[in-house]
Amino acid sequence: MALLIKNGRVIDPKSKRDEEADILIENGKIVRIAANITNNAAEILDAKNKIVVPGLVDIHAHFREPGYEYKETILSASHAAAAGGYTSVCCMPNTNPVIDNQGVVEFILSENKKAGLINLFPIGSITKSLEGKELSELGDLKDSGCVAFSDDGHSVMNAEIMRRALEYSLMVGLPIISHCEEMSLAAGGVMNEGYISAVLGLKGIPSVAETVMVARDIQLARYTGARLHIAHVSCRESVELIRTAKANKVAVTCECCPHHFTLSDEAVLDYDTNTKVNPPLRTKDDINALLEGVKDGTIDCIATDHAPHAEAEKDVVFDQAPFGIIGLETALALGITELVEKNILTINELIEKMSYSPARVLGLDNGYLEQNASADITIIDTKRKWIVKKDNFLSKSRNSPFIGMQLTGCAVATIVKGRIIFKPQ
Amino acid sequence: MEEWTRKDLLGLQELDSKEIELILQTAASFKEISTRAVKKVPTLRGKTIVLFFFEPSTRTRSSFELAAKRLSADTLSIATSSSAIQKGETLKDTFKNIEAMQVDCIIIRHSSSGVAHVLAKCMGPSIINAGDGCHEHPTQALLDIFTIKEKKGHIKGLNVSIIGDISHSRVARSNIWGLTKLGANVTVCGPKTLLPKDIEKMPVKVTTDLAEGMKGADVINVLRIQKERQKAGLFPSLREYAMRFGVTTEKLKNYAKEDVMIMHPGPMNRGIEITPDVADGKYSVILEQVTNGIAVRMAVLYLVLQAGDDEQQEQQ
Repeated sequence: MALLIKNGRVIDPKSKRDEEADILIENGKIVRIAANITNNAAEILDAKNKIVVPGLVDIHAHFREPGYEYKETILSASHAAAAGGYTSVCCMPNTNPVIDNQGVVEFILSENKKAGLINLFPIGSITKSLEGKELSELGDLKDSGCVAFSDDGHSVMNAEIMRRALEYSLMVGLPIISHCEEMSLAAGGVMNEGYISAVLGLKGIPSVAETVMVARDIQLARYTGARLHIAHVSCRESVELIRTAKANKVAVTCECCPHHFTLSDEAVLDYDTNTKVNPPLRTKDDINALLEGVKDGTIDCIATDHAPHAEAEKDVVFDQAPFGIIGLETALALGITELVEKNILTINELIEKMSYSPARVLGLDNGYLEQNASADITIIDTKRKWIVKKDNFLSKSRNSPFIGMQLTGCAVATIVKGRIIFKPQ
Repeated sequence: MEEWTRKDLLGLQELDSKEIELILQTAASFKEISTRAVKKVPTLRGKTIVLFFFEPSTRTRSSFELAAKRLSADTLSIATSSSAIQKGETLKDTFKNIEAMQVDCIIIRHSSSGVAHVLAKCMGPSIINAGDGCHEHPTQALLDIFTIKEKKGHIKGLNVSIIGDISHSRVARSNIWGLTKLGANVTVCGPKTLLPKDIEKMPVKVTTDLAEGMKGADVINVLRIQKERQKAGLFPSLREYAMRFGVTTEKLKNYAKEDVMIMHPGPMNRGIEITPDVADGKYSVILEQVTNGIAVRMAVLYLVLQAGDDEQQEQQ
C-alpha cells in the first residue's frame, strides 16, 4: 500500500534539504522525494502549511515494562511517543528485572513487536542489577539488540568499574551513557541546592554533585578512548566541562531535557511533586548555559528522560515522592516554544537535535529522509497552540509539571515504516 | 482594625506586616485569660480542633491544646504511632477521613517541608502549621516576636541575632520572615556548614563569627543544636561547637549589649549551645516565651476559625 505526503515543507537535517516537496512511500520505504509527485494508487496525506521531517528519535526514556506496568507499558509509552512525534525510542534498563541479560532484551523486543507502533531500542545496564559492582554481559546484550549501556538513575560510583566498562564497551562497539551524580554529595537531596531550597527548607542536590562526576567520566573517556554520552546535562559547569572536552577531542556527546531548559527551581515553590526530577530543575543561570550549549552545539541532542510515575506515588509529601517527569508528549512543543519561538534555534536545527543528531549519537540508522530509507516520518504543525491537559495524555502516567501551560507546535501525523501510527482528527 | 481573611496559617513568609501585627494584637488581648482563676472563655465553643503530630513534641502540642481548651474548643490529639499511617494509608487519605468527621481545624506537625501547604490546598478545614520539616514554624516565631515586642516595646529597628543550625531550622526561617517584615535587622550566625547555600539572598546579615553575631544585638535567639548533625559530618564535635558557638555569660559580657535579651525555642542542650547560667540568668526570657505561646496560639486559632466561618457564610 502506497502513501503520498503532499505539499509539505520537507526538512531533512542530513541532506540539509528544506523545500516544498512530496514524499512517496511504498512497502515501508521512501521511494521518492520530489515536487508534484502523482500516484493514483496511493493514499494521500495533505501536509500543506506543515513541515515534514524525519520521525523524531528519543534516546532516553523509561518504558517501565517489565516490572512497573502500573506506571507505563511498552504499548502505552508507544502511543505517547507517537503522539509526541517520536518514531524511535531508546528505553533505559531500570526495569524489573533489569535489562542486564539477553532474556529481558528479547522480552522487550517481542512486546514491542506486539505493540506494533514504534521502533524500540533497549539500552542494557552497565552493571548487573544496576548495582555498580560487576559488568553485565555487554557483548551478549549488544548481540541481542541493545544500542548502548547505562546504569541510568545512578552513576557507577566505583571509578575502576567505570573505567573497565568504558574499555569493554569500546571493544563491543557501543557507547556508554552516564547519569552523572556523585551520590555522597547528592544523598538525601530532593531539589536543586540554592536560594529556593533554602527558603523551602528542602534538602538540596548541589550542582557540583553532577559536575564532579561529569569531570571524572570525561577523564576516564579521555584515558580509555571510549565513547561516552552524558545524559540529562542540567547545569552550567557541566556544559563548560563538556565544551572543553570536545575541544580536546574527547569522544563525548551529551543531551539535555526540555524540562531543564524550560523550568527553573522556582517551579518547586509550591511543593508540586511533578517538579521533582533528577537531576533537579536548576537556576535561571543554568538554563541560560543550557541554551548556549544547545545553540553552539556543545549539547548534541534533546532527549525526554520520560519517567512515568503513578498518581498515587506522586501524591505524597515532596520528600517522599519519586523523581521523574513524563516528556514524550510535550518535548516537541517545548522545543518549538522555548527554543524556536525564542530564537535560540531555527526549526531546522531543532528537528536535527530531535532526530538525526540523537540517532547519530547512538549510531542508529534513523533520523533522515532519503530514497530507500525506512519511511519514519513526522508531520508537524509548528504554529498550532494548545494547552497541556492532564486528561489528554496517552501515557499511563500524568506526572507533568507542564499541565495547564500553553505551548506551540504539535505532531499532526506520525508514520513508522510507511504506516500512520498517530493522526488525530 | 485590619480584617483577617486567611483560612490557614502555613508560614510567615506569605503574611504581610499588618497580618502579623493583627495576630500580635489579638494575642495581647487573649493573654489575660490565662491569668484568671477560671481560665476559659466560650469563644470557640462547638469547634473541633485536631492536633496531628507526626513528630515528638511536648511544648508546642501542649501549648496548642491548652490554647484550644481555653477558648472552649473540643480537641482531639492524634500521634503517628496510633494512626492509620502505620498501616500504610497515605497522608492525604488519612486527612480526608479526618475531614469527613467534620472537624474545623487541623494543627499539623510533620518532618517533611511543605506538608501543611499541600494539605491546605485540598482540605476544607483550617490548617495550622505547627512545624514542617526545615521550612517554617510560624507560631513559634510569632511567640518569639510577641515576647520581644512585650519586652522591648517595638520591633522596628531592633537588631536580632539567630545563632546556631540555620540550615535545619524552621524556627530560624519563620523568625527571619516575621522579624524583617516588621522592620527588625536580622543577623544569622552559625558554622558555615550549618548555613544554607545562598542564605545571603534572604534579607539577613550572615556571619560565622559569634562575636560579630552578638555585637549590637538587642535580642539573641539561640537555636538547639541536634547531636545527629555532628554524626553527619557537619561539625567536628559538640565540644568545639560549645567553644565556638555556645552562648556563655562571658561572651555576652565581652560582645553583647548590656540589655541584650536571650531567647531559646527549646528544648535546650544546657552546656552546649547555651550555658545554664545564661538560660536561667537575668537576660533570659525563655519561660516567658512559653507563657506567651498560649496567647499567640489562642489568637491564631481564633482568627483562622473566624475566617473559615466567613468563608462558609459567603459560600451559602
